[in-house]
Amino acid sequence: MAEPALSIRGLTKVYGNGFQALKGIDLDVQQGDFFALLGPNGAGKSTTLGVVCSLVQKTAGKVSIFGIDVDKDFAKAKYQLGVVPQEFNFNQFEKVLDIVLAQAGYYGMTSREALPRAKQLLTDLGLWEKRNGSARMLSGGMKRRLMIARALMHRPKLLILDEPTAGVDIELRRSMWEYMRRINQDEGTTIILTTHYLEEAESLCRNVAIINNGDIVRNTSVRGLLAELNTETFLIDTSEAITDIPKIEGFEVKQLESTQLSLEVHRGQRLNDVFSALSEQGIQVVSMRNRANRLEEMFVSMVEGSGQGAIDQRVEKQEERV
Amino acid sequence: MNATQTLIALWTLVLKEIKRFTRIWPQTLLPPSITMAMYFIIFGNLIGSRIGDMDGFSYMDFIVPGLIMMSVITNSYSNVASSFFSNKFQRSIEEMMVSPMPNWVILAGFILGGMARGLGVGLIVTIVSLFFTRLTMEHPLLTVLVVVLTSALFSIGGFINALLANKFDDISIVPTFILTPLTYLGGVFYSISMLPEFWQGVSMLNPILYMVNVFRYGFLGVSDIPVGWALAAIFAFIIVLFSIALAMLERGKGIRS
Repeated sequence: MAEPALSIRGLTKVYGNGFQALKGIDLDVQQGDFFALLGPNGAGKSTTLGVVCSLVQKTAGKVSIFGIDVDKDFAKAKYQLGVVPQEFNFNQFEKVLDIVLAQAGYYGMTSREALPRAKQLLTDLGLWEKRNGSARMLSGGMKRRLMIARALMHRPKLLILDEPTAGVDIELRRSMWEYMRRINQDEGTTIILTTHYLEEAESLCRNVAIINNGDIVRNTSVRGLLAELNTETFLIDTSEAITDIPKIEGFEVKQLESTQLSLEVHRGQRLNDVFSALSEQGIQVVSMRNRANRLEEMFVSMVEGSGQGAIDQRVEKQEERV
Repeated sequence: MNATQTLIALWTLVLKEIKRFTRIWPQTLLPPSITMAMYFIIFGNLIGSRIGDMDGFSYMDFIVPGLIMMSVITNSYSNVASSFFSNKFQRSIEEMMVSPMPNWVILAGFILGGMARGLGVGLIVTIVSLFFTRLTMEHPLLTVLVVVLTSALFSIGGFINALLANKFDDISIVPTFILTPLTYLGGVFYSISMLPEFWQGVSMLNPILYMVNVFRYGFLGVSDIPVGWALAAIFAFIIVLFSIALAMLERGKGIRS
């Protein structure tokens, strides 16, 4: 079997103030995978990725990238790695083209190699027209795409995306998803993604690890995780105001507003029964949607009650029409 | 990284630094030229003509080497201090940290960038001085060697300052409260032979005095202190400070959590 793209063993990080951010985690990400690393704020996601990228010094443990131990041959390991961080981390006063060309130079690429590569990436990401402008003049979404172009300049085999679509509008987010899918499927780039948009992880990733309080609490396939979901909550909009909460056998129904009900559906229950019961009671359904996306329900059920508090406020309620 | 890749990485960083200070030339290249022109006019021409000779040379000829050296020191130091700290502040230092560039290349890149500005400003000030006096160089090779080494030394100093700095104020403390007084008291405007014996002894503790004097020796052929001793001291300072800066970088001081 091929070496994992990323292998972490016994990774521990204790900060100077005594806070233990990572408690000896083990994690493997296979080559070619599109992998989600999820967790509430302060769970240890960024610390884990920071150690992999050598921005954070580990206290103990071992990190290998494509079988290369980062402690033994850090330069060779870093050639395999591209990083798109959460915060903008380029000089805002530099030109867009200069930023990507400088990154190529840091990896020892000649300008003859770097210029066509920069043109291709900036064109693919819709930034070529902006190449001679200062980076600070770009919109937030463009800045995020600039960081993706920069990270891909040296053709890394493993790409780390730390909240790549934070603050990006939905249309642009979806075009970025398409681009990420393309580099994963067509170019075979292994991608590790952290995100607060759980719909993003559900849509893009094949495997997922959930980290909480410095420990990996689950490491499985997205499909396997969703299969464990026992209950989904639906919101039902009705055409007219409801005076009495309808009774549907086997289902828990709550009234949220005069024309809105919430309904818990357990695995194996049929939605047909719900529609039939509502019709019999003279209630006309206008629309029905998930209260949250499925992975989000699973995620909340796994991290709540852990003492970590509620998941980040930035988790957006994604509504799926049925 | 192989040797070619390492050289490309180093050149990329140096070029980036040069682009940075030339992009903001009204803040980096123009002010020292104007300030030094004022020194030449006021101290050299107006006041200098009344002071008379200093160590056997006109006052203008005496202060020109010192003022060139003062520009080189200040600009080498402040270029690296502000550029590296800005990289820390904007987190663009992470671009370099995630790359396979060895730490010594990062350090050397910033030092060479600082030297480019320091020596560039030194050259501009030298050209400005030609409007006021006729420069002669008694020992050209020694002059170039001393100015290059001094620029390297203060570039390393600026780098260490930026590594330790947590806020922008921290990179102005050393130039304001240490570098400027040491430079003014380092024999730029006077010969230490004019001082009482006690203050001559105190002045000998000022490292900038050695650099200014050896540089002046290169131009005029006169120095208050032994030239060989001064060169050895500059070399030693460079080796010690470079080692300290590299060790701090390896440990991730101020840049890795």
